[in-house]
Amino acid sequence: MKGTSKFRSEYSQLLIPLIALALIVIFNLFRDPTFFSVMLTTNNLGNTVLTGNLVSILNGASELAILSMGMTLVTAACGGQDISVGAAAAIAGSVFIKILRVGAITPGTILLAFLTCCVVAMLFAAFNGTLVAVFNIQPMIATLILFTAGRSVAYWINGGATPTVSSPLITAIGGFIPGIPIPTPIFIVIICGILFALAFKFTNLALYMQAVGINQGAARLNGINTVGTKLLSFIILGLCVAVAGCIGVSRLGLINHETLLIEIEMDAILAVAIGGNALGGGKFKMAGSVIGAYAIQALTTTLYAMRVSSTSIKAYKAVVIILIVVIGSPIVKDAINKYFAKNKQKRATVATGGEQ
Amino acid sequence: MKQKSLKEPITDTNLLLAITIGIFFAMYILAMVVWGGGFLRPQQLFDIFNNNAALIIVSCGLTIVMIAGGIDISVGGVIALVVMSCVVHLDNGGSVFSALMMALGIGVIFGLVHGYLVAYLEIQPFIVTLAGMFFARGMTTVVSIEPQTAQNAEFLALKDFRVEIPWLGYVTKSGDLIPGRLEVGVLIAMVVVVLAFVMLRWTRAGRSLYAVGGNRQSAMMLGINVRRTRFMSYLISGVLSGIAGFVFLTHTGAGNATNAAGAEMNAIASSIIGGTLLTGGVGNIIGTLFGALSLNTIKAIVVASGLREPWWQSITTGAMLCFFILLQSVVLSVRGKGGSKAMQPLLRKKEAKNE
Repeated sequence: MKGTSKFRSEYSQLLIPLIALALIVIFNLFRDPTFFSVMLTTNNLGNTVLTGNLVSILNGASELAILSMGMTLVTAACGGQDISVGAAAAIAGSVFIKILRVGAITPGTILLAFLTCCVVAMLFAAFNGTLVAVFNIQPMIATLILFTAGRSVAYWINGGATPTVSSPLITAIGGFIPGIPIPTPIFIVIICGILFALAFKFTNLALYMQAVGINQGAARLNGINTVGTKLLSFIILGLCVAVAGCIGVSRLGLINHETLLIEIEMDAILAVAIGGNALGGGKFKMAGSVIGAYAIQALTTTLYAMRVSSTSIKAYKAVVIILIVVIGSPIVKDAINKYFAKNKQKRATVATGGEQ
Repeated sequence: MKQKSLKEPITDTNLLLAITIGIFFAMYILAMVVWGGGFLRPQQLFDIFNNNAALIIVSCGLTIVMIAGGIDISVGGVIALVVMSCVVHLDNGGSVFSALMMALGIGVIFGLVHGYLVAYLEIQPFIVTLAGMFFARGMTTVVSIEPQTAQNAEFLALKDFRVEIPWLGYVTKSGDLIPGRLEVGVLIAMVVVVLAFVMLRWTRAGRSLYAVGGNRQSAMMLGINVRRTRFMSYLISGVLSGIAGFVFLTHTGAGNATNAAGAEMNAIASSIIGGTLLTGGVGNIIGTLFGALSLNTIKAIVVASGLREPWWQSITTGAMLCFFILLQSVVLSVRGKGGSKAMQPLLRKKEAKNE
């Protein structure tokens, strides 16, 4: 009995995103079972690849999943969200392309470009983190600065154009590695997930982030460097932003500062919220956020499959979001619990009444 | 009595307000001295008002929500939806009055839903209003995906109506007097600013907003209906975004799915520059007005100073925002109300010296 209650408290948080995902899956099963069919086809580069809605959900949600991992940490430690991730990803992508365009594209230059873009993204993240951790500014306000200026900085780095790169290596990062039928971004997400899992397993990262998020004063008195922890959460998010930016750029082989990962910050925050994490900070479950990210992408793909126009998709998304958060709201939960408790009581009284 | 009031320490709200107003005037006077030309004419200031009447109105709404400790990021979307619906309505034979009612109606509906979900179901305001933004933006394209221009004669008369102020005009080279011109939207915006100011300052509802934003627990113990107050703040913001949508339409006269893109962030920035804290309980409408003006004066200065590349406007806006945010943090920490931790060691030294 004790085991189940522990299990409940550990995993009940994952219930909301799983229900959301399950609802979308069931809806699709009834609507059109062929939605889930996965086929092997040959793409225009001559590779044998997997196609189908399932693959496109897993592939399309890659950037969102990676960003929501970082966003979970920032949310947990700082009790607020970074709204500049889309703009920062545009900057990271611009740096990536800028370096690749200097010379021939080899695995070495790609690695160099990626590392540089990680450093740049971490610097911008450190700027946000300093405002939040040292100057005690609310994360949303602090990141509003980069949100306002970020895409323009990317435009400035690009020199007022939308430069392109074309190389089989870049296509391999954003699309498929020849011989492997699964899109590469999916592997990148798995690698990121494993890295985070290892970090949580072997370091105190998660514990410190939660401690700072739950009660900053108490965490400080226990010897946790609160400023450093908050800063670290932003820098980790910066790394996630760099990875997401590089994937986004590699998909298309070009950087458009206006459209690259547009409004992804909103989706990432949404993924964190659907994942059952409190936006006010504290305890978190990163798995919840990742499932949330895939649920959002599954919803988008479902709507596309239903031939909803790409511009009005947002309206439907809004309705689903509201439904999910209303079901997850503490007030509604309480009401439902009370209702069931009452029913139980009634049944109990009826049962005892019957005995007499 | 007067001496006592002089000794009273200036409140955070008033201090931040004074800084904002001071910086706005400093910036404007600097622009007049350095770039002269357009800045010497009152029309430059009037144009800033004309172009940003809608922004001023939604900023007032956001200030009220933020004072109560919430956030509303749906305002840009609601403006776009209102503009598009009104244009389609006007072009299909609707009257200006019914269009205005429609604008208010859309605003009220958004306000009611947001308020109910946030205040009574206790869902995080960011997520609720984010969904509101998605819904409004999506519905805008459902109403019409093509850009629409209003052709209603009655409406065009309203759109082209200008309040002319001859003594604030200027004389052209050929000797004609061009009077200062203000659009209808500016008058509406001014009325909204005055009403919001009066409400926040002198009414019970306004006081409750500050109390709820400052500390929800103690507000409840004082007998304030916290839920109703939060509900009301979203309702006001919704109504004001409806009005702002109509004002936006009287300025542009056309509906487009991308109208008022990023208006929510500009409105939040205006409120913050004006000294409103996102944590709630601190803020001032006059500050917000000057915040919106500062935000757009800096854009005018960027254009005047010859930085013509498209990226400079947002980069300077970001820099200015950074300056104001840091300033607030430092000011609050100097006054010992949290804020910057970087300043605290310095302050401690000062205290040690004083002892």
